[in-house]
Amino acid sequence: MQQIIFFFIRNKNFLLFGLLFLISVYFTVQTHTYHNGKYVSSANFLSGNVFSAKSNVTGYFGLEDENKRLTEENILLRTELENLKSIANPSTLDSTVLPSGYIFRSARIINNTYSKSKNYLTLKKGKEDSIKIDMGVISSKGIIGIVNATSKNFSTVQSILNTDSQINARLKKSNHFGTLVWDTKNPNRVQLIDIPRLAPVKMGDTIITGGKSTIFPEGILIGTVEEFNLDGDANYYDLQVKLFNDMTSLKHVYLIENTNKEEILQLENEVEDAE
Amino acid sequence: MQNNAILINILRFILLVFIQVLLLNHINFLGYINPYIYILFILLYPLSGNKGLLIFLSFLLGFSIDIFGDSGGVHAAASVFIAYIRPWILKFSFGISYEHNNIKLYKTSLAQQFTYIVAMVFLHHIILFSLEIFNLSHILLIIKSTLFSGIFSIILLMSILILFSRKN
Repeated sequence: MQQIIFFFIRNKNFLLFGLLFLISVYFTVQTHTYHNGKYVSSANFLSGNVFSAKSNVTGYFGLEDENKRLTEENILLRTELENLKSIANPSTLDSTVLPSGYIFRSARIINNTYSKSKNYLTLKKGKEDSIKIDMGVISSKGIIGIVNATSKNFSTVQSILNTDSQINARLKKSNHFGTLVWDTKNPNRVQLIDIPRLAPVKMGDTIITGGKSTIFPEGILIGTVEEFNLDGDANYYDLQVKLFNDMTSLKHVYLIENTNKEEILQLENEVEDAE
Repeated sequence: MQNNAILINILRFILLVFIQVLLLNHINFLGYINPYIYILFILLYPLSGNKGLLIFLSFLLGFSIDIFGDSGGVHAAASVFIAYIRPWILKFSFGISYEHNNIKLYKTSLAQQFTYIVAMVFLHHIILFSLEIFNLSHILLIIKSTLFSGIFSIILLMSILILFSRKN
């Protein structure tokens, strides 16, 4: 017994080191597995408030660009509105226009990383503003990421610039779809893999979300094709996609909630269980 | 005197965390190069101070950086590691008798300080980036990040030490 106690006293620094190191590695591994209720995220009271104080100051620096972006978006929305007005026929309005199934909310980014291999953004909206895990996040120019943790007033978003992100996307012209991933090399360029060889791919083609998941509606803009090669087996294309978004200067985003999500997931689960 | 030292260390801890998360984590020089100077706390911790306490404080330090950076536990792991390995590095850079001679970091030669900082920074960065990237197929990226961020950190740390060295 005495021997054991002496052993502990003699090696107390090593044991303390080992314990703390293991805890750290545990937290690290946990962040590498998505969907595993994170304990450590910047969506907490302390860091959330520090980041929002910082964002209150730095928010003024990019106001000119932000204004330009908003005007551009206004113009886009106005043209769409005019198009809709010319199409809409008052007699059919009530019976043919269905609720879209998506609710949009806006939020401010208070922290943004893009230089690591797994990048996250922090938003100044949380559970109290009905932000939930797995909501899609976009800006006026295109896709940004998916909410992966929420606290009372803050939430974190797993950016598309994260090696864990896999998002369903397709070519705008044809309906061939693939998976959007990131190779960590350039924050303005992501990769679209698994596009079948049959697909007619050209430089400059537009890539949009595929709408095969319940997170993003179909047709959210992503980017344009900058380069394409066949993969090792020559059956699929690997496309280099230049993002419409400048991921390094984001200020405001929109969160998308799919109101039919639970119904869809429930139905899919029932079908799976029945098989 | 003792209380004074404790206070200075607490202030240094808080100041370094804030400088790191609000300023230095957003430099992104050439796209991905950031200096990590918060380890200055571990470097400057009294050379004859309690080692167990240093390991624990280093964990808290790294963990604070992780909370702000959404990086899990990578900074905590790297900090705990260099805190544990520090006595050996001290022996290596200042000679075997550093403990008995009651050496002050400010009074050692520049070359000795440089050896100490280089060893600590590279050990810290290699663990940090290996855990952050966590993928052997990206080993080149790990080495590249370690090297470039390391050089950046070393330049900043040496400048800070020279600027704030007390000549008395």
